[in-house]
Amino acid sequence: MKVEVGVNGVAYERDVEPRTLLVYFLRKLGLTGTNVGCDTTSCGACTVLLDGESVKSCTVLAVQVDGRSITTIEGLADGEELHPMQRAFREHHGLQCGYCTPGMVMAAVSLVAENPDLDEHHVREGLEGNLCRCTGYHNIVAAVLDAAQSSREGAW
Amino acid sequence: MSILGNRVLRKEDQKFLTTGGTYVEDVPLEGAVHIVYVRSPMAHARIRSIETSEALESPGVVAVFTAQDIDLDPMPPGAPFANRAMTRPWLADGVVRFVGDMVAAVVADTRERAVDGAELVFVDYETLTPVVDASTAADNPTLVHEDAGTNVVLRLPDDFVSAGIEQVAAEVDLFEGCDVVIRQRMVNQRVAPCPLEVRASAAKWEDGHLTQWSTTQAPHSVKDTLVQLFELQPDQVRVIAPDVGGGFGAKIGGYPEELFVAWVSRRIDRPARWVETRSESMMTLGHGRGQIQEAELGGTRDGKLLGYKLTITQDAGAYPNFGAFLPVMTRLMLTGVYDITKTEFSSCSVATNTNPTVAYRGAGRPEATAAIERMVDIFADEIGMDPAELRRKNLIGKERFPFTTAVGTTYDIGDYEQALDRVLEAAGYAELREEQRQRRDSGDTKQMGIGLSTYVEVTNGIPGSEFGAVEVLADGKARVRTGTSPHGQGHVTAWAMLVADQLGIPVEDVEVIHGDTDEVPRGVGTFGSKSLQSGGVAVHQAAERVVEKAKKLVADLLEANPNDIELDKENRRFHVAGTPSVTKSWAELVEASGDAGLSAEVDFAAPGPTFPFGAHIVVAEVDTETGHVSLERIIAVDDAGRLMNPLIAEGQVHGGLAQGVAQALMEEMCYDDQGNPITANLADYAFVSAAELPSFETHPMETPTPINPLGAKGIGESGTIGSTPAVQNAVVDALSHLGVRHVDMPTTPIRVWSAIKEAKGDR
Amino acid sequence: MIPVAFDYVRAESLDEAIAALSEHGDEAKLLAGGHSLLPLMKLRLGTPSVLVDIGRLSELSFVRDEDTYIAIGALTRHHDVQHDTIVLREAPLLAAVAGRIGDPQVRHRGTIGGSLAHADPASDLPGAVLALDGTLVARGPAGDRELPASEFFKGFLETTLAPSEVLVEIRVPKGTTGHSYQKFVRRSQDWAIVGVAVARINGHVGVSLVNVASTPVRATAVEQALALGASAADAAEQAAEGLEPTGDANATPEFRRHLARVLTRRGLVEAGL
Repeated sequence: MKVEVGVNGVAYERDVEPRTLLVYFLRKLGLTGTNVGCDTTSCGACTVLLDGESVKSCTVLAVQVDGRSITTIEGLADGEELHPMQRAFREHHGLQCGYCTPGMVMAAVSLVAENPDLDEHHVREGLEGNLCRCTGYHNIVAAVLDAAQSSREGAW
Repeated sequence: MSILGNRVLRKEDQKFLTTGGTYVEDVPLEGAVHIVYVRSPMAHARIRSIETSEALESPGVVAVFTAQDIDLDPMPPGAPFANRAMTRPWLADGVVRFVGDMVAAVVADTRERAVDGAELVFVDYETLTPVVDASTAADNPTLVHEDAGTNVVLRLPDDFVSAGIEQVAAEVDLFEGCDVVIRQRMVNQRVAPCPLEVRASAAKWEDGHLTQWSTTQAPHSVKDTLVQLFELQPDQVRVIAPDVGGGFGAKIGGYPEELFVAWVSRRIDRPARWVETRSESMMTLGHGRGQIQEAELGGTRDGKLLGYKLTITQDAGAYPNFGAFLPVMTRLMLTGVYDITKTEFSSCSVATNTNPTVAYRGAGRPEATAAIERMVDIFADEIGMDPAELRRKNLIGKERFPFTTAVGTTYDIGDYEQALDRVLEAAGYAELREEQRQRRDSGDTKQMGIGLSTYVEVTNGIPGSEFGAVEVLADGKARVRTGTSPHGQGHVTAWAMLVADQLGIPVEDVEVIHGDTDEVPRGVGTFGSKSLQSGGVAVHQAAERVVEKAKKLVADLLEANPNDIELDKENRRFHVAGTPSVTKSWAELVEASGDAGLSAEVDFAAPGPTFPFGAHIVVAEVDTETGHVSLERIIAVDDAGRLMNPLIAEGQVHGGLAQGVAQALMEEMCYDDQGNPITANLADYAFVSAAELPSFETHPMETPTPINPLGAKGIGESGTIGSTPAVQNAVVDALSHLGVRHVDMPTTPIRVWSAIKEAKGDR
Repeated sequence: MIPVAFDYVRAESLDEAIAALSEHGDEAKLLAGGHSLLPLMKLRLGTPSVLVDIGRLSELSFVRDEDTYIAIGALTRHHDVQHDTIVLREAPLLAAVAGRIGDPQVRHRGTIGGSLAHADPASDLPGAVLALDGTLVARGPAGDRELPASEFFKGFLETTLAPSEVLVEIRVPKGTTGHSYQKFVRRSQDWAIVGVAVARINGHVGVSLVNVASTPVRATAVEQALALGASAADAAEQAAEGLEPTGDANATPEFRRHLARVLTRRGLVEAGL
C-alpha cells in the first residue's frame, strides 16, 4: 500500500508491504545511518525521532507513520554545522565502532529535549534502551550532559 | 612538541555522527540475492530427510541448497591441532550438532522472501542424546563426533608433550612448606560477545574475480581462505572489511555462513548477501569463555604464596575453534602478578553439543586472572589478612624485570606495587574499609563490598609481523596503508598522529587506508590488543624512513650532507642546518622524486609480546535481603606503556571495564539440559546498559616497554581482565562476614541470596 | 525479524475497528502502539493475518477527571500517563508504574489499553490497575461493558475481552494517599522478576503482585492483615500466601515467594504504612 512519510524534511511516497518495518523503510530510502542491532526491541540502534520524540523504528510499521514526520541521524546536522549533541559526542569520544551511535544520538536528543535539567542518573536511566558494547557508556553520558548544558544555555 | 600523548579527537567521527558508517549491510549491491540459513532446532540429531520442494516454490526463492549440493572442499580446520573428524561441514551432513547448526541455505530476491521461504524447508530429525555438560563430556559415552572416537579436543600438557612442543614438567612437591592450602571450584561462564553489529557477508563475482565484503577483524586472512577454497590466484580475490560494528575477537576467523556466500554467488551467478538476525547471532556467533576451574593455592600462614595448581575443563562446543585453545593462553598467564615458584597446570578441552567457543576480549587471560585473583582473596580470608596486603607481599618487584614466571612466560616490564598503591589511594581504601566496618556493626541491610584485583596480561602474544606503508602525495598530504583492521579502535586517528609526529603533516591531511586487500598488500588484522605495537610501529618506522629518504633527496637538491638536513615540522619544510631560508616542501620533494615517489613500507615483527598490568577496585553494595548487587564505584589503574592518544586509550579501558563487569555481574549464555540456548536474544541475555553502571574512575600509569620503539603495550583487553575478578571479589567481600566464601559468576540476585542463606545455615 | 505477511486495515473510527474485528474473528489483532504485538510478530510467535490499526483514533487518548474517578483513554501512551498532571495528582501509582515500563522509546509508543489487553503477567500496568480496583470499559458490537479489573485478567495473555471488543477506557478511583511500585529487575529496561504495586486509597490498601502467576494477583492475605491492624512488616509476611510461582532463568519459585514478601514490606513502608 502507499504511504507518504516526511523524513528529514523531505516527503517520500512509496508502495510498501504492510509488514515493512519503519527501519527498513528508511534504509531503503538510502538513509542507512539508522541500524538494526537486535530483534527484541532491546538495543535502540534503530532509534529515530517521530514528530520529535524518540521511537524504536524496528517496532513501528511504515504504514503506521503515513503522513507523519521522521528525523534520522542524517537530518540532525544543520548543513555543515553539527548539532550540539553530535559535537559533544565527538568531543567526549562517545563513539568507537559507530554502530549504536545514530540511535544513541537520537535517543539523547529526545531525552534532553524533554528534560534539559537532567543529571547523570537521569541520563543513565534515560538511555536504558540504548545498548553499546564499545564505550562502556562513560563518555556517552559525559557527552549528553555537556549537550544538555548547551541546551540550557540556549544553543538548542 | 610531539603530538603523541595528546587527546586528539577522532577523524573517524564526522562520518559516524552524520551519515553513519558504511557497514556490510549498507554496501549497495545491485541485483543481490539474499541468503537465509535454515538452522537446527535440535542440539544433537540425525537428519532423516530435508524437504525443500515447498520452499523452492515459494515466491521469490531462487535456490535452496543442502549438503549434497556442495562441491567445495571442507572448511579449513577451526584451530591448529584440531581433530580432523571434528571439522565443521558447510551445511550439516547427516547429523546436526548444536542448536543453530546450518542445515540448508535458502536464496531469494529479497530478505523477506528468503525468510518466508526458509519456513517452508521441512527437516525430519531423529533425536540423539545431547552432550551438554562440559564437566562430564570427556567420559561421556555419547560422542559429539562419532568418527572422532572421543569428545576430547585437546589435553594440556599431554598433547603438546606428545607433539614434541614441550617437555614433561619436572615433578614438584607443590605444597611443600605450606601451612595453608585452599581449594575452590569456580566457573568462568560462557558469555556472548554481542557486538552491536551482527555478522554479514556479501559476495560478487566478475569474470572469475571475487569481491567479498565481510564483518571481519582480519580481511587478509579471509582472503587467504577464499583463495585456497576456490583455488584462485591472489589477484582474483578482493576482501573488504568496510566499517565493522565491533568484533571483540568473535569476528576474527571466517565463519562458514560468511564464506559460503561466495559459493552461492558463484553458483547462481548473482551477487549475494547474508545478514544474520540478533537471535541467530546469539546462538551461532562464537561464544566466549566457558571454563570450569579447579584451583588450589598454598602458602604460609603469614602470607607467602608458594604453590598454585589449576585444572581446567574448557568447553569447546560442537566444532572446536579457537575456544579449544583458550587454556593455552590461560596457562601462559597462570601466576599473574605474583612470584609463585611452584605450579601445576592441566586442561582438557571438550566438544559438546553447543555453539563453538572462540576468542572473546581477553581470550584465556581473563580466565587466568579471575582464577588467581579469586584464590588470593579466599586465601586472605582464610588467614585473616587484608587482601591488599596479601597481594603486596607477593607481587613481583619492579627491579626483577624482565621476569620469567614459573610457567616460562617472560614479562617485559612492570611495577605492580605502584599500580596497587595508586588504586588504593584513588579509592580511599582505608575509608572504605571503615564504612564497611560500620555497616557490618549496624547490621545494615545493604552491605558494602570492596573487591580488588591486581593483574598482568599478555598482548601481541602470537608472533608475526604487521604491515605499514607511508606515502607522501603530490599535494604534500600523506597516505598510510595499514594491515591492521580497526573496528572502533581509532587507528585512522592514531596512525595519522604517528605520521604527523614524524613528518609534520597535520593529522587532518593524513589519510589512513585499511580493511581492503586491494589497497593494502598484506596484513594480519586487529585482535589480541596487538595493533599499536605491531601495525602502529610499522607505520611509525615507515614514516621515519620517509623522512630519511626525504632528507637524502633534499641533500641532493641542495648539494649538502644528508646529516645536515633538518625537518621543520611546524612549517613542514626541509632545510640545511644553519640556512633556514632555503627550504623544500613535501610537495616539492614528491615532484623531485619523479617515478620513485616518496614512500616506505615496513613489515614490523616485534621481538616479543608485551605485558600491560594494573590494579582495579570495585565498590559494590549488596542488598542482603534480595541479593541485588549495585556497583557504586569502579576504580581502574591500567598501565599499557606509553600512551599515544590517552582519549582513545581511556575509551578502550571503559569498554573493557563494562564487559568485564558485566560478566561478573549479570551476563551468562545459558543452555538447558537438552542443549537449547535459553538466553538467545538481547531481552533474555543480560547485556549491560548504562543504567547498571557508574562512571568509571580511571587512572593512567605509563611504564614504557623496551620491546618496541614506541614503548607501547596493548590496552584493548586490560579493562575486561582486571574488572571481572574485582567485581566478583567485591560481592564475596560484602558477605564474607556472614560466612560466604565464594559466589560463582554471574553474581545474580538468586546466586547471592542463596549463598547468604547457605552460609546462615538455612536450607 | 520479518513478520509473516498480513493484511492491514486502518480504522477511521471505533465502529470501523469493531466491524473489522467482527468480520475477521481471531485472524485479526488490533494494532495500537504495537509494542506488545510487533515484537511477537517479528519473532513469528504471533501470526495474525489481519492487523486493524486503531492508532489514529485520537478520541481514545485522553485523561479526564471525572469527580470520583480518573478516566484514561485506552490509547493514552505510557509516556503521557507518566507525565500527566491529573494522573500524577489523582492516581500517582499509575504514573510511577508507567514510568518503569521498558525505556523512553517504548513509552513513546506503548499504550495503556494495549498493555492491559495484552495481559502479560510480567507487565507492570495490569498489577497497578488491579491494586487500584480499576474498571476497564470495553466497546463491542453490542455496546459498552464495564469490566472490573479483578475479573479482567483470566490467564496468561488472556482477558475477558470478547474477540470483537475494543478496550476504550480505564477508570481508576481517586483518593490515593500513598503508593509504591517495587519492581525487581536485573536491568533497568527488563520485565519485572517480581513486582509489587501498593496503593493506599480510600481507607484501605490495595496490594498486587506482578509475575508470580499467570495473571497479576491481589495479595489479599496482606490486605486483610493490614485491615486487622498488622504492621507493614507482619502483613508482608503473608505476601506469598497461596502463591505457586514458576521458576525461570532469573528466579526459583522459592526466590519469587521471598521477593514477594520483601518487596511487599518495602512497598508498604514507602506508601507510608
